[in-house]
Amino acid sequence: MSMKSEHRCLRIRGGRLLDPATGTDRIGDLCIAEGRIIALGETPSDFTADETIDANGLWVCPGLIDLSNRVREPGEEHKGTIASETRAAASGGVTTLVVPPDTVPPIDNPSVVELIRDRAKDSSHSWVLTLGAMTVGLQGQQLTEMGALRREGVVGVSNGLEGIRDTRVLRRALEYAATQELPVFIQPQDAWLSEGGCAHEGAVATRLGLPGIPSAAEAAEVSRVLALIRLTHARVHFCRLSNHRALSLVAEAIQQGLPVTCDVAAHQLYLTEMDLSDYNPNVHLQPPLRTQRDLQALRTGLGNGTVSAICSDHQPHDLDAKSAPFMETEAGASTVETLLPLVLRLAEEGELSLLDALACVTQNPAQILGLEESGSLAPGHRADVILVDPEAWWTVNTDQLLSEGKNSPFLGWELKGRVRRTLLAGRTLYELI
Amino acid sequence: MSRSLQLDEHGQLRHFLSIEGLKRPLLEHILDSAEAFTSVGNQQVKKVPLLRGRTIANLFFEPSTRTRTTFELAEKRLSADVLNLNISASAAKKGESLLDTLQNLVAMQIDMFVVRHAASGAPHYIAQAMPDHISVINAGDGQHEHPTQAMLDMFTIRKTKGAFEPLKVAIIGDILHSRVARSQIHALSILGCQDIRVIAPRTLTPAHLADMGVHSYARIEEGIEDADVIIVLRLQKERMTGAFLPSEHEYFQDFGLTPERLRLAAPNAIVMHPGPMNRGVEIESCVADSDRSVILQQVTNGIAVRMAILAMCMSRGGMDAEAAT
Repeated sequence: MSMKSEHRCLRIRGGRLLDPATGTDRIGDLCIAEGRIIALGETPSDFTADETIDANGLWVCPGLIDLSNRVREPGEEHKGTIASETRAAASGGVTTLVVPPDTVPPIDNPSVVELIRDRAKDSSHSWVLTLGAMTVGLQGQQLTEMGALRREGVVGVSNGLEGIRDTRVLRRALEYAATQELPVFIQPQDAWLSEGGCAHEGAVATRLGLPGIPSAAEAAEVSRVLALIRLTHARVHFCRLSNHRALSLVAEAIQQGLPVTCDVAAHQLYLTEMDLSDYNPNVHLQPPLRTQRDLQALRTGLGNGTVSAICSDHQPHDLDAKSAPFMETEAGASTVETLLPLVLRLAEEGELSLLDALACVTQNPAQILGLEESGSLAPGHRADVILVDPEAWWTVNTDQLLSEGKNSPFLGWELKGRVRRTLLAGRTLYELI
Repeated sequence: MSRSLQLDEHGQLRHFLSIEGLKRPLLEHILDSAEAFTSVGNQQVKKVPLLRGRTIANLFFEPSTRTRTTFELAEKRLSADVLNLNISASAAKKGESLLDTLQNLVAMQIDMFVVRHAASGAPHYIAQAMPDHISVINAGDGQHEHPTQAMLDMFTIRKTKGAFEPLKVAIIGDILHSRVARSQIHALSILGCQDIRVIAPRTLTPAHLADMGVHSYARIEEGIEDADVIIVLRLQKERMTGAFLPSEHEYFQDFGLTPERLRLAAPNAIVMHPGPMNRGVEIESCVADSDRSVILQQVTNGIAVRMAILAMCMSRGGMDAEAAT
């Protein structure tokens, strides 16, 4: 955002070009001029590169678009800052990230949007987009000035984890968002059924004595919102589905032609309630990790296209926030740096083709957000590009994570695939040394 | 619960955090060892020098009378130096963090912590955070486990009923919120009990309880039939506000242990209660005071059982009761 577009001409030579939006999977060149992609595949005969990057053996992909990433600024800079978290994002290949409205103060008026944009201008390593709050203070009562928020540049509205309890207010908020042509991002969880819970209500929570959140909390909220979508015709994106029943409700709605989409967090595709069995605070998450059956349903949902995006749901925490008995720790995990390898692993495990897996973090989130300049390597797009070494193995450990939050649920995991270089509008903002 | 945290490399108890994850021989060793310690309480000089010079801190983040006093007696009868700290949750919130409190005590060269805490998993967290030489005993954590209570209940059952295999054991009450019930269920099944039943309204029965190897009953008359052991749990008053139950009166009507219902159990069935009792809510007074009740024996046995567990954790492969008495 600080970066002015790069005027020089750049040629990325001989990499495997992977671009879901154009269906490209071939060895070739990518040419960039003035921060934009001008050729995908062959270098035009009249193109003179100021710099050539050899991408032999590497994958060249659009930068990742992360639909939920808490940078903790403003208000919780002890957990992370725009500078630290976008740097972590860039190292993980994320070039665009969306900040949910539950900052401190929340993004419920244009000045907070402006503040985030200003700070990002000075320090950001990726494009920082914002979601506005639907209600003042996320309190679920009074509507925010969504028109002003839209003019200030929010890409959608949401009420964060809190949701809106009052169904009439929720109805009005959906109608008003539709009036402003803003997509609504809903993390579905019935507030009453989930109150006080910190784990999936099931066998593991019962054994560990942890207050549970039933799967029905998610399904009930999806049902309520779907009924209101039919009433209001609002465009709704369901965030972080965790449960197979909620997913099948969304799948049914999509089949009926309702304007809904949904995403999952990458960790929900790899971890289950069983991972709680030693009270590891890094797997204290909202929504909670659910069962093997849910995990498989989410993967199947990705395969059949019901789930169109995978996000990191990155939530960095300071050490104190996680130094307590499990149920007294703050929920959330630091996950932006493991997003790409986990997405690539889905392809390796045969759940999705490589291009379809990449689409869930590039083309599809761009579509959900209505971004026309990013999410693809097609000529004309902004040159947000990553170079990935697909064979590089690395072990997740706290020393290595660039995020201020060391609360990764994948500490000790061996992951394959590492970002070698991240370009933002043609400029290299991260390089693995 | 991870076994490696509770046991050292020789399979000896380092910490006593949960019944889950322990093996039958170890539980039986605790019961046998407690047997030897019962004689200490019957002597005129109720003291053995087993833990002389050791310092034990009883850290109670939640109020307790019975558990704390029986722990204290057990510690004193083992000749340990005892420090009692009652830290109410609200004070803990205002002041220093849990870890800071503990690190200060470690700096005071405490050898063992006996911990009660409202958060499930708190003793587990503390055990992980402590230096190697310190032992942690769980005196009840949230809705997770209360392992010493379960062991004293097993001791009481074994003493009155003998082998666990043929027994039918019914646990009546608020299973959802009960750490005692969870520990009892684990202990009974590890010790070979084949027929464990829980009797509770659906609102107080946790999800997937059957995975723990128990049968659930919503009608007391069915669940209590032919039971050899009946364990009645305390019903907390706050259950009336969380929409778990309409009233104490209706609970007693449907789930209270009355002499009529006790008659459906096996002829010599014993009645247990971990205390404190609500007479007229979960149990009728005449049942609590009858000769079938072993409720006060449970309290007495609690001291010997806790002595056994404290001694095992502190000796780590060294002495036990036989050596001391």
